[in-house]
Amino acid sequence: MADLTAFTSADHPVRKWRKVKDKIIESILFLAALSSVFVTIGIIYILVSESLPFFQHVSFKEFVTEKEWTPMFSEAKFGILPLVVGTFMATLIALTVAIPLGTITAAYLSEYVKPNVREMLKPILEMLAAVPSVVYGYFALLFVTPILQKFLPELGGFSVLSAGIVMGIMIIPYISSLSEDAMRSVPTHLREASAALGSSKFQTTFRVVFPSAFSGISSAYILGISRALGETMVVAIAAGMQPNLSLNPLEPASTITAYIVQVSLGDLPHGSIGFQSIYVAGLTLLIMTLIFNVLGMWIKVRFQEKE
Amino acid sequence: MEQIYKAPPECQTKFTFGSGRDFLRAKVSDLSFRYNPEDRRVLNKVSLPVFDKKITALIGPSGCGKTTLLRCFNRMHDLYNATSYEGDIVLYPEGKNILSSEIDPMEVRMRIGMVFQKPNPFPKTIYENVAYGLKVRGIKKKSFIDEKIEKSLVQAGLWSEVKDRLQAQATALSGGQQQRLCIARALATDPQILLLDEPTSALDPISTAHIEELIVEIKDDVTIVIVTHNLHQAARCADYTSFMYMGDLIEYGPSEQIFTKPQDKRTENYITGRFG
Ligand SMILES: Nc1ncnc2c1ncn2[C@@H]1O[C@H](COP(=O)(O)OP(=O)(O)O)[C@@H](O)[C@H]1O
Ligand SMILES: [Mg+2]
Repeated sequence: MADLTAFTSADHPVRKWRKVKDKIIESILFLAALSSVFVTIGIIYILVSESLPFFQHVSFKEFVTEKEWTPMFSEAKFGILPLVVGTFMATLIALTVAIPLGTITAAYLSEYVKPNVREMLKPILEMLAAVPSVVYGYFALLFVTPILQKFLPELGGFSVLSAGIVMGIMIIPYISSLSEDAMRSVPTHLREASAALGSSKFQTTFRVVFPSAFSGISSAYILGISRALGETMVVAIAAGMQPNLSLNPLEPASTITAYIVQVSLGDLPHGSIGFQSIYVAGLTLLIMTLIFNVLGMWIKVRFQEKE
Repeated sequence: MEQIYKAPPECQTKFTFGSGRDFLRAKVSDLSFRYNPEDRRVLNKVSLPVFDKKITALIGPSGCGKTTLLRCFNRMHDLYNATSYEGDIVLYPEGKNILSSEIDPMEVRMRIGMVFQKPNPFPKTIYENVAYGLKVRGIKKKSFIDEKIEKSLVQAGLWSEVKDRLQAQATALSGGQQQRLCIARALATDPQILLLDEPTSALDPISTAHIEELIVEIKDDVTIVIVTHNLHQAARCADYTSFMYMGDLIEYGPSEQIFTKPQDKRTENYITGRFG
């Protein structure tokens, strides 16, 4: 026990040791925080430094305007557009599935279901997120595609549509779980205020709870978008790995991530242009994800200001 | 579409109890209530009349069941499972028991408005807050909504303060302004009865005085049932007062009588500050 009868002087060993202890703890925390910053900087450094030689062979103009991406062909073409468009298409289809279903699921779990049923349903839903994405890939290829072919006979074996839908199912739990937390943290007194004005439960949920929770829900959507942009296996397996500048979801395509695994699986010599193209593709994806996150952050701040 | 449940100008049913001059708006008979089947009754066979265009105050020590009784009037308890009512609250002039299982609680709440103890505006604009009740009733005509918003904000004594910033966020208003906004929000739907649960307990004395004044003013248009901790408030505003104690309604009468010549010892003890 410290002696509490007198105040210590500034040079008292107890005081000195206290100061040193504080400094040590502060340094440890600082280093921990710094390490993640270093990793990020390291990743960016590698991506950029490996990408620079690529642009000595290929002009930036060709990179953004060329309509074909065929680094493996003898007459190689390096237009990133097919991969960017494929990535966007797959993400868009995934979000068309995941945002409505994820939001409705969240609203149901947060507002409608009794607590004991909710505790039962949530682990089942979270299992969707625990399934390895390779499994989802084959689920798309062997289960969803054949079903889609019943309705769309012109659909081939590989398509962005099938990959996108399954990717959407895969990210439902990410969206629903965060959205549900946001909705549940809306105070009860707002629900009561709404009910007291004669609202139905549905009106209360979508006119009061949803907008009040929107800043949290938008974080869930941003996470969903990031997951979809970065998802690899489902598209690699089910979308056909054929870079294809087309807005038709029934056609096969490739995405940036799918291209990266495709090339990484082969044995390209280090320093070859094909090898460098992986880094360029990765850098492009990083920039795309960054733009989305900044956009999302901006939307979120706009909404928080209004509250 | 534009139809709103309007209180009729005069209620038809004459009440035989009490002064005999006032018209009956609602009648509570033998109302008992439980939050849970296993728990004790929080209200024991409570009976009281609610007169049209009058202020009825519910007073009594903390935990005696005032809020619980008030929330029976708009079936608020139906939002939670396991709650159960016995007895009636008959609403006049329809003469329907609004606690009956055949009545949709939502339709009750369309007719009976409520203001809560803590101001609870929606995180929306001032305009959207007052328009909310109209919008959930399916009203879309902007001119009608605008007119209604102005009228209810005037009634709630808030119009002059907010008329230039209806698009500002309601949560940026002061506590007293927020509570008046909540009153305007309830008034916009033309309730037959307005329930107020200690509407000034979270406010400073000036805001409290402001709200008391406006409550007395709006009683020309709407019947009011108010729960209050503040006995002076009840004595100043209420036409009728009922004293509750541990889930029982001990005494009901014109406020003057309750505050000057209480019949029951427990009422007397309470209003003279001997307990509670
Ligand atoms: N949600 C609830 N569940 C169970 N018991 C409750 C609940 N709300 C209030 N009670 C109990 O009901 C009694 C009356 O409470 P209340 O009506 O809030 O009293 P008052 O408004 O007069 O202070 C109290 O004993 C309280 O503990
Ligand atoms: Mg209370």
